[in-house]
Amino acid sequence: MAEPILDIRNLTKSFGALKATDDVSIDLRDGEIHALIGPNGAGKTTLMHQISGSLKPGSGQIRFLGEDIGHLGVAERARRGLGRTFQISSLTPEFSALRNVMLAVQARQGSSFRFFREVMSDTSLTEPAMAALERVGLADRARIPAAELSHGERRQLEIAIALALGSRAFLLDEPMAGMGQEGSRALTSFLDRLRGEAPILLVEHDMDAVFALADRVSVLVYGRVIASGRVEEIRNDPAVRTAYLGEPA
Amino acid sequence: MTRETIFNVVLALFLLALPFAAMAMGEPFYVSLATRMAILALAAVGLNLALGFGGLVSFGHAAFFGIGGYAAGILASHAFNAEPLLFAIPGSDQMPVIWIVAALAAGFAAFLIGAVSLRTSGVYFIMITLAFAQMFYYFAISWPAYGGEDGLSITMRNGFPGLNTAVPVTFFLICYALLMAALLLLWRIRDSRFGAALQAARQNEVRVAAIGIAPYRIRLFAFVLSGMITGVAGALFADLNRFVSPSMMSWHMSGELIVLIILGGAGRLFGPVAGAILFVLLEFLLGGITERWQLFLGLILLGVVLFARGGLIGLVAGKPRHG
Ligand SMILES: Nc1ncnc2c1ncn2[C@@H]1O[C@H](COP(=O)(O)OP(=O)(O)O)[C@@H](O)[C@H]1O
Ligand SMILES: [Mg+2]
Repeated sequence: MAEPILDIRNLTKSFGALKATDDVSIDLRDGEIHALIGPNGAGKTTLMHQISGSLKPGSGQIRFLGEDIGHLGVAERARRGLGRTFQISSLTPEFSALRNVMLAVQARQGSSFRFFREVMSDTSLTEPAMAALERVGLADRARIPAAELSHGERRQLEIAIALALGSRAFLLDEPMAGMGQEGSRALTSFLDRLRGEAPILLVEHDMDAVFALADRVSVLVYGRVIASGRVEEIRNDPAVRTAYLGEPA
Repeated sequence: MTRETIFNVVLALFLLALPFAAMAMGEPFYVSLATRMAILALAAVGLNLALGFGGLVSFGHAAFFGIGGYAAGILASHAFNAEPLLFAIPGSDQMPVIWIVAALAAGFAAFLIGAVSLRTSGVYFIMITLAFAQMFYYFAISWPAYGGEDGLSITMRNGFPGLNTAVPVTFFLICYALLMAALLLLWRIRDSRFGAALQAARQNEVRVAAIGIAPYRIRLFAFVLSGMITGVAGALFADLNRFVSPSMMSWHMSGELIVLIILGGAGRLFGPVAGAILFVLLEFLLGGITERWQLFLGLILLGVVLFARGGLIGLVAGKPRHG
C-alpha cells in the first residue's frame, strides 16, 4: 500500500503532570476522511496543534508527504500543504472575507515581499480567492469584515482559507460547531466532496456527520487512542460505547 | 473620494500653505514651526509603519531619530574640518549623501534591535526597544569626540545641489517633499502584499503563521524600513536646529513620536501628519501660556485614548476600510 499522506507515530504531549496526548499513532491516507472523536478534554485539539506545529511535540514523529516535519515551524508546515482550521475561529478580523482568503492565496504563491502592486486590483489574488469563497457559499459576503460575519460564516471562511492554500491535507477542528442544522448538512456534503481533493483529519462532535462522512474513526480518551477502525467497528466496539458513547457495557 | 482622502488632502495643503502664510504675515519664525511639523511627521510616518500597520509598539524609535541626527552632525563636522572619517572616507555637507548614510545607519541599528526584540511581544517588546534606545543614548552621552552630553553643532546647514538650504522656505520644501515621498511609499506598501501580511500579523499572528507566512521576517523588514525613515527625519531635524545632541535619542523623544501617532490616528496613512501638526501647535500655543503644557497634552491624550481611539483621522473619517 502507498505510504500515508500523514503518518503520526507515538506522539506525546504533557502539560505538567497531565498527558494531553499519550503515545498517539494515527495516519491519514489519500482520499479519506479520518474522524477523530472523543470526549471534551481528550486531547483532540492538542493533537491538531502538535500536527500543525503550533505546539512542539513532546516526543514522537510526524511524517507528511514522506518527510519528517516534526522540527518545522507552523508557517513551514503550512507551506508544505498542511491546511488547518481552528476550533475557535482565527481570522484577521478587520479584513473582509475576501482579503482573508486573498492572504492565503498570496501565501500559497509564496510572495509576501512585494511592495508596490495594489492587492485589490491584482486578479491573480482576487480571482482564486473569490473562487474559494464561492465553493463554501460565502461569495455574497466577500466584502464583509470577518469580525462582522456570523459564527457559521466564520467557520465557512476558515474552510475557504484552507481551500485557497491548496492544502495536501486538511486538519479540521470541529468545523460544524455552532453551525446549525442546515449549515452542518451543507458542510457535510461539502466535506464529502472535498476528500477527493485532499484527505481530511476531522475532529468533530456531531456524530451524525462523523458516521455519515468518515472512512475511518479513531477514538481518543485521556490522550490515548482506545480504538481505531471502520465506522461499523467503532460503533459496535464495547470499550468505545462505555468510554465515549456513554452506554453501559 | 472617501472622507479620509479628502481630509488627507486638506492636511497636506494646510501644511504646505503654512510657511507661505507665515511669510505673507511677516512672521518668518512660523516657517521653522511648519518645518518642525514636517520633520516630526516624517519621523512618525516611519514609526507608523511599525506601530500603526504592524502593531509593533516601539518605544525606541528615538534611537533611529538620533542616529540620523548624528549622521548629519558627524558628516558635516568632518566636512567642515576637512578631516576624513574612518578609512579615509571624507565627510559630507550634502543632504542627499547624509540622508543615505542616515538611512543606512538607522536601518542597521533597526536590524540589530529588531532581530532581538521582535522575538518578544507586548510589554516585553516595548521594554526591550526602550532599553536598546537608552543604550544608544548613553553611548552618545559618553562619546566625547562628538560632543558627549553637550551635543554637536552644525556650523552651516548642509547643502542640496542647486538649492539654497539656508533659506527657511527652501529647507521647509525639502522636508515637505521628503514627507510626501515617504507617505507615497507607505501608501503603496499599505495596499501591497507586504502590507497585507504586515497588517494581518498585527490582527492575528497565529492565523498568518497558519497559512504559511512567517510573521517574524515580515515584521523585521517593516521595522528596518521604519527605522530608516525615522533616521532620515533625524538628519533633517539636526539640519533644522543646526545642532544634534543625545536628547534626540532620549525616551522622551520616543514617547513623543508615539503620542503624535496616537493623536493623529495609528495605522492611518496621514495619522502622523495630523498628529505632528496638532502636537507642534499645542506645544506652541499651550507652551506660550504655561510651562506645564505637557500636563494639558497628557489630558488631551487621555481624552483621545478614551473617547477617540482612531485619533483625529478616526474622528473625521471613521473606521478604516480594508476592502
Ligand atoms: N496549553 C495548555 N496548558 C495546559 N493544559 C492544557 C493546555 N491545552 C490543553 N490543556 C489540557 O489538555 C487536555 C486536552 O485538551 P484539548 O486538547 O483541548 O482537548 P479536546 O480538544 O479533546 O477537548 C485538557 O485537560 C486541557 O485542559
Ligand atoms: Mg478541542
